[in-house]
Amino acid sequence: MAVDVRLPTVLRSQAGGRSSVTVEGSTIKDVLDRLVHEFPGMSGQLLNGDGTLHRFVNVYVIDDDVRYLSDLDTPVKDGDEISLLPAVAGG
Amino acid sequence: MCGLGTSASALAQRAGGTIRTMLRLPRDLYLQMVGHCITGLPDEACGVLAGDAQSGTVERCYPTRNSAASARVYTVDSADLLRADRDAERAGIQLIGVFHSHTHTDAYPSPTDIDQAPDPAWHYVVVSLRDTSPMVRSYRIAAGRVDEESVIVLGQSAVAVAV
Repeated sequence: MAVDVRLPTVLRSQAGGRSSVTVEGSTIKDVLDRLVHEFPGMSGQLLNGDGTLHRFVNVYVIDDDVRYLSDLDTPVKDGDEISLLPAVAGG
Repeated sequence: MCGLGTSASALAQRAGGTIRTMLRLPRDLYLQMVGHCITGLPDEACGVLAGDAQSGTVERCYPTRNSAASARVYTVDSADLLRADRDAERAGIQLIGVFHSHTHTDAYPSPTDIDQAPDPAWHYVVVSLRDTSPMVRSYRIAAGRVDEESVIVLGQSAVAVAV
């Protein structure tokens, strides 16, 4: 299934300046693995070494943050819009 | 690493930090930002800023919920962040920074702020409510290095509120 992934400005240089890319996958894990495969420079910013979602990135399926769904196991459907944004936090 | 802001930062580094950037805030957005911080007391308040990255001009201010609901730390609510990003994209602008309040400390980024700064091209605004009058300061944060920049409030005779 093909989904569109919107990229935040901080990741666009890793994708040749594009603001969104289309990748295949049936879960968020598939989508992120595919992104990292195509754009290895994103790996450290999306996933931890153990394959879990990096805490400094928010991933959304349409309107919903996957942390409130099934995290990396959240399913995606053909045509879904996936958004990546930096998690913005501090003290 | 991309964007005009990063280029400016790289230029500043090559020039030994002599090139100064600035944040330009229309007066109504400045008041909206500070008002949101005051309304959020006793917790820290936060939000994101969108506008023109090249000139550092803010065109929209998005107050967001602090999902940490804390007086010491903040997390921009993820749903509010997505709404802001989409609205900015529809308006043909982009997120260029974040603001948050310090309720009892200086308007200087905390170690947590520096560690978690997500984008070297962004402007990091801290609104200190420690004293009677709010203090607004803005910084660039890249690779752990913090550089303060000027904050220019537009719409009144170019009052510089910091630096």
